[in-house]
Amino acid sequence: MSETLTSEKKFEKVSKILEKYNYDKTKLIPILQETQEEYRYLPEELLSYIGVSLNISSAKVFGVATFYAHFSLEPKGKYIIKVCDGTACHVKKSTAIIEAIEKKLKLSENKKTTPDLLFTLEKVSCLGACGIAPVVLINYTTFSQCTPEKILGEIEKIIKLEKNNGVE
Amino acid sequence: MASNNVFIVEAIERRKKILNKVSKKIIICGGTGCIANGAMKVYKKFCDALKAESLNVEVSLKSESSSNESVIYVSKSGCQGFCQMGPLISIEPDNVVYVKVRPEDVDEIVEKTIKKNEIIERLLYIDPIKNQREKWYDEISFYKKQQRLSLRRCGRINPEDIDEYIYDGGYEAAIKALFDMSDKDICDEILRSGLRGRGGGGFPTGRKWELTRIKKADKKYIVCNGDEGDPGAFMDRSIMEGDPHAVIEGMIIAGKAIGAEEGYIYVRMEYPLAVERLKIAIDQARKYGFLGKNIFNSGYNFDIIVMEGAGAFVCGEETALLASIEGKRGMPMPKPPFPAEKGLFGKPTVINNVETLATVPVIIKEGWEKFKSIGTPTSPGTKTFALTGQVANSGLIETPMGIKLKDIIFEIGGGVTDKNGEINNQKFKAAQIGGPSGGCLTKEHLDMPLDFDSLKSIGAMIGSGGLVVINDDTCIVKVARFFMQFTQNESCGKCVLCREGTKQMLALLDDLIEGRGDEKTIELLETLGKAIQKGSLCGLGKTAPNPVLSTIKFFREEYLAHAIKKECPSKECKALLKPKIVAELCKGCGLCLRYCPVGAIKGNKKEPHVINEELCIKCGACIEACKLNAITVG
Repeated sequence: MSETLTSEKKFEKVSKILEKYNYDKTKLIPILQETQEEYRYLPEELLSYIGVSLNISSAKVFGVATFYAHFSLEPKGKYIIKVCDGTACHVKKSTAIIEAIEKKLKLSENKKTTPDLLFTLEKVSCLGACGIAPVVLINYTTFSQCTPEKILGEIEKIIKLEKNNGVE
Repeated sequence: MASNNVFIVEAIERRKKILNKVSKKIIICGGTGCIANGAMKVYKKFCDALKAESLNVEVSLKSESSSNESVIYVSKSGCQGFCQMGPLISIEPDNVVYVKVRPEDVDEIVEKTIKKNEIIERLLYIDPIKNQREKWYDEISFYKKQQRLSLRRCGRINPEDIDEYIYDGGYEAAIKALFDMSDKDICDEILRSGLRGRGGGGFPTGRKWELTRIKKADKKYIVCNGDEGDPGAFMDRSIMEGDPHAVIEGMIIAGKAIGAEEGYIYVRMEYPLAVERLKIAIDQARKYGFLGKNIFNSGYNFDIIVMEGAGAFVCGEETALLASIEGKRGMPMPKPPFPAEKGLFGKPTVINNVETLATVPVIIKEGWEKFKSIGTPTSPGTKTFALTGQVANSGLIETPMGIKLKDIIFEIGGGVTDKNGEINNQKFKAAQIGGPSGGCLTKEHLDMPLDFDSLKSIGAMIGSGGLVVINDDTCIVKVARFFMQFTQNESCGKCVLCREGTKQMLALLDDLIEGRGDEKTIELLETLGKAIQKGSLCGLGKTAPNPVLSTIKFFREEYLAHAIKKECPSKECKALLKPKIVAELCKGCGLCLRYCPVGAIKGNKKEPHVINEELCIKCGACIEACKLNAITVG
């Protein structure tokens, strides 16, 4: 009984999103975007649910969800650190920043999210802020002319903030 | 005709009335770059500080107050281009621009510049070559050689206020196109102007429109391609953030020209600010009756939908972009049929780049002759470049087509920087143009005019206009590998040659970088590169080998050094380093010995140490550890 209740609740939000887009299958990408925003990732059962609701095969939905880099089928961290590795940032040594973060958070190419689901590290191709390279984005805040020290400092601040339950 | 529209008349009237009262205008750059450097904090501080001084502050110029007291207008603008120096603050009518302004500086600016018209020397920009302070844009070398057409309003107006756009002559071109020109007139005008697509391909925009115009269909679409994925390019972002109404106006004109009532703007998800500003602009335009049903009371309907991408570079390719709007995987389709025949949802569609569409209103308003007189005969007009990399002044610039590379790098860019950030033009090695589809330009191209055709003739392309300056501390093979890695990652996987070929090219480049290559590796890269160009469907695959092929062409020596001598002339490829301790410089402190992870360094205290080449894994830890710079890399 309780299980049905939770799963009903689970689908409640995605149903609202589907309704908002009028069950229009051409709006699959915005639907997935909003679903991911809501759940922080795209759980498998939601993808099937979206497929059935839009009257397209789950395979099609999976195809789209796995094609675009933005979509994630695994839970992402609360703080998503995007290190720009575009041309300008790359020649200004963004690799050193990535390496420093990986070392600090014990992450790697294959392990992008910390076990406590606090941080996800992503390498992105270009954030289009090349004039202030190298650039790092933590959720929606952009940090300019970064050094490994500067970013490690920001991560440290977040860890402290989280430890104190949001009190600075 | 413009005078007939009640919204335009009212907006201009309103603006005039208030501008008469404005004693000072403070413009704070609100582009992504300056915001990252803290521009919004500066903006807030200005509002607070001025209010604390009980000065009349106005942030929206919407006030209906009838008092005649003078006001200070604090406005945020789009990108002013000089991101590296941000946050930028310009103050009119004093015509002074302050760079790298911190919130702590605001009180002093209010006290001195706002209240007493004094200039604060320490906040002025210092020219790195002449080493003197410069006060206004017309003095700063970064701006002097520029000619701003599509960026004309970026950094000058508040992008979130339609009235500012209208007061600056905005929407006049749309009205002219809607009332005084037929659809064919518009296509002819654009064709005569010689405008070519700014997204990279350089196809004549007028012809693209004409091909779609003559198609009969119940529905047609105009799509604005804002999926600016090239690493190192950000002109489209700056236009969408700094002058969103110009894009909308361009689309209205294009809509009338081809007979479309619906438009899409496809923006990449990495540009949240651009999406936000476009949405604000569209809402305002709808409120004024410039979008929606019966726009400008002209009898035409036209509306725009903003769609966010989901992170796929290949969606910059037009057929892939259309698939993405339709909610599918963004994979390219064979052409023909071209989008002009069968585009979005199977209907005739025009896809134009952001910069192209933002240029359209200028041509319609001022006539094709004026536009054609700028630039070169086959590439008229201006082009924006995102100037970045190892150059003193980096940022967004716009110059006439056909400008010489040396003028961009040495004059606008202020020269090449070395690894310490000092200017040293001798260090110039190459300029990478056009991102992952483009190629490298070298010393011999410094005098070459930059336009569509001359670049194509040497195997490069203007692309979207990313221009990354590279100094000679950077290994060219590694630069080529960087782009190869990018296209390999972004290949959608449809064409075998692109999917597998880019992977193999990447592996071959790794062979060179890690010392496993020989002369055949280079030959193989060339053969494979040419095959990928021939065997791929879309622009991504067709141009993916360009960075490698063009660097092999111009830097063959450097490739050969990697392949045969197993040396990296720029000393960047770690596996090719041959660390050696210079006995005369080594004091035997033992620091390197302690840092070496594999115990390859031996030596007694206070005696010169030695590296065992067989054990050394070339990690570079000893070089970093040595305080006496006693370790060379061969």
